[in-house]
Order: sequence, then structure tokens, then C-alpha cells
Amino acid sequence: MQDAPTTAAAPVARLIGELHKLPGIGPKSAQRLAYYLLRAPEEEARALAEAILEVKEKIVFCSVCQNITDVDPCSICRSEARDRAVICVVEEPLDILALERTNGYKGTYHVLHGVISPMDGVGPEDLKVAELLARVRDGGVREVIMATNPNLEGEATAMYLGRLISPLGVRVTRLARGLPVGADLEYADEVTLARALENRQEV
Amino acid sequence: MKTPRVYKTDGIILRHRNLGEADKVLTIYTPRLGKLEAVAKGVRRPTSRLAGHVEVLAHASLLLAHGRNLDVVTQAQEVESSRPLWEDLERLGRAAYAAELVDRCTPDRQEHEAVYRLLLETLRRLRERDDLDLVLRYFEVQLLSLLGYRPHLDACVACGGPLQAGANAYSPAAGGAVCPACAAREAAAAPLSLNGLKVLRLFQRRPFPEAARVRLTPELGRELERHLRSSIRFILERDVRAAAFLDRLRRGQEPLPAAAALPGRGAADV
Repeated sequence: MQDAPTTAAAPVARLIGELHKLPGIGPKSAQRLAYYLLRAPEEEARALAEAILEVKEKIVFCSVCQNITDVDPCSICRSEARDRAVICVVEEPLDILALERTNGYKGTYHVLHGVISPMDGVGPEDLKVAELLARVRDGGVREVIMATNPNLEGEATAMYLGRLISPLGVRVTRLARGLPVGADLEYADEVTLARALENRQEV
Repeated sequence: MKTPRVYKTDGIILRHRNLGEADKVLTIYTPRLGKLEAVAKGVRRPTSRLAGHVEVLAHASLLLAHGRNLDVVTQAQEVESSRPLWEDLERLGRAAYAAELVDRCTPDRQEHEAVYRLLLETLRRLRERDDLDLVLRYFEVQLLSLLGYRPHLDACVACGGPLQAGANAYSPAAGGAVCPACAAREAAAAPLSLNGLKVLRLFQRRPFPEAARVRLTPELGRELERHLRSSIRFILERDVRAAAFLDRLRRGQEPLPAAAALPGRGAADV
């Protein structure tokens, strides 16, 4: 091949351009991936292309919990083993994966697809909040667990939703905040440490 | 190669945005260096030693290292706990508003220690006091003065004539109070009550403890909020986004119990 440091053949340039749009992929990574795919067996490239298309065609939001799913309602919302009276509210679908890995939660979820961000102008109308309230109003819900991230946006969201849901007579709880495993006490901030102290437990 | 130089500064974290896998870019307001951006590495991991100390609205003592593009936060220790802000949505929303306003009004790397002190004081008041709207109005008036946009309130800003008790108005475009005759010619002028004028003057001239003796009725509070917001919008040529959130909180106060009493109805206001 001729060296063409700046001008790759048009289809290759297009592929590089598309890959470059992906998060965490810089121009060099995009080039490497493009040339890897160029040399890869055709089946491999086709499988990747099909997987991408399939995701876009088949994946929908679960009509109950708003998680991404290929069957509606999703497998968690369908499951008989799940306690439908408990709803755990998360920001993103990936958060469900993290919570599921604990194997400790048997309730259902609700994905907001974002978080209220006062400084960025993201309000509850941009999120799946109305859907959550509808679920709670439909009855049969005993507890709503706020599992948003413990930062400004996540706290604002949790407190805001708490205001909306508490008057409906449903218990609203927040994930405990405290010291993470592997942390060093001397590096803990006051908010975390104070809360860890408040929520201490019998040894 | 020379080892990267580090420097120490206090700072208030104004905002954050995610960077890459686990990092954040922080916008920090400092007393001596003005507003700057710095990378906090790994703060989205649960075991980060920095994370809790560099959350938005935190007042922290920081050690930064000069980086190739952005400086890097290498150590952080919160100076005052911002905890009360995190337990109360009203406080949190107003603190976010104050931080956003400072972020939007100030250029990068331009020292303005008075703005830093004003923000620091305001955040402290928002943690400790209960007259949150008064704190915020005082902050806005003082910030406008510090930035060189001090509204003119002694005489009509248009004709220079004296302001009598009467149908005066506030004009963001003219930059202050206008007399009834000039108000007719000012497009965006809104009625300014005598009490409104007096309180604005007081907030402009007096230290906070004295200003805080004023009792702001809800109506007067709203009036001042409208005037100050109109000035801020005129100067920034945009809205402060957190203001919409504060409006929503206020709206949410009123109709909610009714909506709760009638299940199945009332999602409209959400």
C-alpha cells in the first residue's frame, strides 16, 4: 500500500470518521480499529455490523420500568420472583447491571434515563418521571428506593422525586452513603464520614 | 524534563463534567487565580480519595499540578462541610443557582477575590440561614456591583431627574430605576415599587447583617427577583438555567397536596 498519511481511501476514511464518534475513541484509535476491521475476516465485520443494526432495530424501552430490552415488558418486570411493591430508581440502564451483580435485590427497577441537573437545564420533564409517578399511583407500591448517584444532580433528583412520591403514601428511601470497601478513613470527606457514623451498624 | 510544578489554592467547585472513564473536569473558582478548570482523576470510582472533597459546591483546599492542557487536582481537603446543602433541596437548588451565576458571569483565569468571598459567604449563608431568598437577592445585587453592572438607583437612569414616590420602573436595558415619564419610553421596564427601590438600595450599600434585617414579604421578594433576573438576563443574554429549577420547586410547593389527594390526576404539573 502507498503511504497516505492523511488521505485514506474514501470508504476507509468514512469508517474512521464513524468510529471516531464513539466515546473514548480518539483519532488514532479510530484509525487502528478501522484498519483492523479492514484486515479482519468478512464474517467478523459483518457480525459487528449486524449486531449494531440489531440493537437499533430490536431494542425498545420496557413499558413498565423503561429499561432497554428486546422483549416488552423486560425480563425483570416479567419475573414472578421479583417483588413489584419495591421500585429501585436508577439513572441509567447500566446502573441496573451494577445492582444486579450484587444478587441482593429482588425488587423491580425504574430507569430515569438521565438525572435532574439544575445547572444544565435538565428538568424532570426530560426524564421518565411521569412514568414513575404513574406506576406509583397505580398502587401496589410499598417502597421506592432512590439509587441515583451521590452527586449534586443525583441528590437533587432523589430529593425532588421524594417530594413528589412521599405525599402518595409510599415509603421513599435513599441508598446508604458511607465508606466504600477499600477506602482509607483519613481521606474520607466530612459528608461521607458523618453519614457513615450516623448509619453505623452492629458488628 | 522538569518535574511538573504544583501549586496550592483554595477553591469553590462550580461545576463538573465527566471526562473519559472515571475522571471529571472541575470548574473551580479561586481567590487568586479566578475561575479555572482542572482535571480530577478517578473521582467517579467509589474508592477515590478526592471524590468527596471536590463535589460541586464544596469549598476545598486544593493542590494542583500544571498539566499539558488542563491542570490536575492532586490533593483536596474540604475546608467547610457543605453537608446542610445536601440535605435540603431548597438550599441545594439556590446554591446551584449561585454557583452557575458566578460561572456564567466570570471569565477564565481572571482574579476577582471579592467575587470569591461573596460566593463563599453566600454558600455559608445558604447552609446556615433560613431566609434563603433574601440571601440570594443580596448575592445578586452584590455580584452585579462587583462585576461593574451596578444598577443605578439614586436618580432616574434615563433623564437624571430625581425619583419621587410614584410609578417608577426598573429597566434592565437602561441599567436601573427610571422615573414615570421615562418609563413610558423604556421598552422592557417593569413597575418598581417604593419598597422595592428601598430594599435594592439597601442591598447595594449595606453589609449583609444589616441588609438581612429587612423582612421580605413574598410579593416584594418576587418583585426583586423579577428585576434582578431581568438585569442578569440582559447582561448574560441568556437565562441562568438553575433559575428554572427554582421556579419549579416553588410551583411544586403549591399544587402538590391537591394532586396527591386525587390519585390518577395531576401528572400535568410534573
